[in-house]
Amino acid sequence: MRKLIFAISALALATSASFADPQEEREALMKANGRAMGALSAYVKGEKPFDAADVLAQLNKISEDAQKMDAAMLWPAGSATGNSESSPKIWEDPAGFQAAIDKFKTDAAAAAAAPPADVDALKASMGAVGSNCGTCHEAFRIKKG
Amino acid sequence: MKKLIGVALVLGGVGAAVMSLASAPVRLGGEVLASLGSGDPVRGERIFWAGGCTSCHARPDAKGDARLELAGGMKLVTPFGTFVPPNISPDTEAGIGGWSVEDFANAMMRGVAPDGSHYYPAFPYTSYARMQPSDIADLHAFMKGLPAVSDRPPDHELSFPFTIRRGLGLWKRLYLNDEPVIALPADAPETVALGRYLVEGPGHCGECHTPRGVIGGTEKARWLSGAVAAEGDGIVPNITSGEGGIGDWSAGDIAAYLETGFTPDFDSVGGSMAEVQRNMARLRPEDRDAIAAYLKTVPPHPNGYPARTKPKG
Repeated sequence: MRKLIFAISALALATSASFADPQEEREALMKANGRAMGALSAYVKGEKPFDAADVLAQLNKISEDAQKMDAAMLWPAGSATGNSESSPKIWEDPAGFQAAIDKFKTDAAAAAAAPPADVDALKASMGAVGSNCGTCHEAFRIKKG
Repeated sequence: MKKLIGVALVLGGVGAAVMSLASAPVRLGGEVLASLGSGDPVRGERIFWAGGCTSCHARPDAKGDARLELAGGMKLVTPFGTFVPPNISPDTEAGIGGWSVEDFANAMMRGVAPDGSHYYPAFPYTSYARMQPSDIADLHAFMKGLPAVSDRPPDHELSFPFTIRRGLGLWKRLYLNDEPVIALPADAPETVALGRYLVEGPGHCGECHTPRGVIGGTEKARWLSGAVAAEGDGIVPNITSGEGGIGDWSAGDIAAYLETGFTPDFDSVGGSMAEVQRNMARLRPEDRDAIAAYLKTVPPHPNGYPARTKPKG
C-alpha cells in the first residue's frame, strides 16, 4: 500500500513537474516531433540505408508525442505570454484547434500501426503525418522571429 | 494684395493641374502590349502558381480544387484598413471575364483598372510590373479556363486619406517601376537570373519579406530582410544570409523547404507562408532551385524587424 501511494505521488509529482511550464513543455514536444521527422527524412533522402526497425521507432515516438497533445494541459488560457508563438486563435477557436490535434493523433497512430516496408511507403506515411505540422501552424502559430 | 491673391490662385491652379497630371493613371505603351502574344494556358498554369493568385483571391479557407474559384472575399486587415480581394474569376459580370488581355496587363503591370482608376498596392503590381508580357498573356489565358463564379465581395474598408484612390498615382511615381531590385552581372548563371525573375516578379516575395516605410513603399536597401507582418502581430522572416536570416541554409535546404514545407531542422512552414509553399510545391524543380540560387546571392542584411523584447527560452 505504501509503495502504491508512493508510486502514485511520484507519478503525480512527475506529471505536475513536467507541466510546470506549458510553454516549455509544448515547445519540447514540437522539437521532439521535428527530430523524429528529421530522422525519417534521412531515409527518404537516401542519406541512410532504410532501417525498418528505426523507422517504426520514430513513428512510434511521433505517435506517443501526439497522444500527449492535450489542449487544456499544454495550452491553458493565458499561456501565450513572452515569446510564445501560439496564436490567439487557439483560444478563439478551441473546436478547430482540438480538431487539428485529433487529426494529428489519428494520422500519427495510423502511420505507426502500418509500419512502412520501404522508402516509398515511408514517403507516404511521412506525407500523411507531416501535413499536420503545416496545416496546424498555418492557422494556430504566429511567427515571432 | 490683389496681385498676391492672383499669383496664389494661379500657382494653386498650376499646382492642382500638376498634381492632377502626376496622379493620372499611366497605362502600358504599345510596345509592351504588342509583345503580349497570343497566350498559352498550359504555360500560364506555372505562372499562376508562381504568382500566388489563389492565396488572396480564393474564398477564405478554400481547400483543394475550390482554390481555383477566384471569388475573392478574404479580409486582409492592415494598418491602412481592411482590403478585400475582388472576384477575378472569368465571370463576365462579377469577375474579369469581360477583360481583354490588354486590360489584364494594365492591371497586373501598372495597377490600372479598365476604367482608369488605380488599384491599391495590396494587389502586388509593384512586383508584377517586372514580369514578361508573354507570361502575363499566358496567365490570362490560363485564368480564362478557371470556373466562373458570381460572388460579389464587399468593398475595401479604408480610412481617410487612403480612401482617395487618385493619390495612388503619386505613390506609384515613387514605388512603381519595372527595374530589377538586385543588379546581376552579365555573366550571372542562368538559374540566378531565373530565380531573380520568379522572386522579384511573379512570386512577389519582397512584398511581405521586405520592411516598408511610413507610406507603405518597400525599402529596397533592406530587400528581403524580413518585416513586421502586415496582418496580426507576428513577423515575416529574414530570407537573406544576414544575421537572423537563413545564411546557414544551403540552396538545397531552401528548395526542399519550398517543396515540402520543412526547414532544415524540421520545423514546419506556418502562417500565410503555408499557402505560398503549397503554390511553390507546384512549380518545376528547376524553378525552386533557381529561387534558392537567387536567395543565396542577394545582399545579406540583419533582420528588417525589431528584436524581441526578451531573448528566446
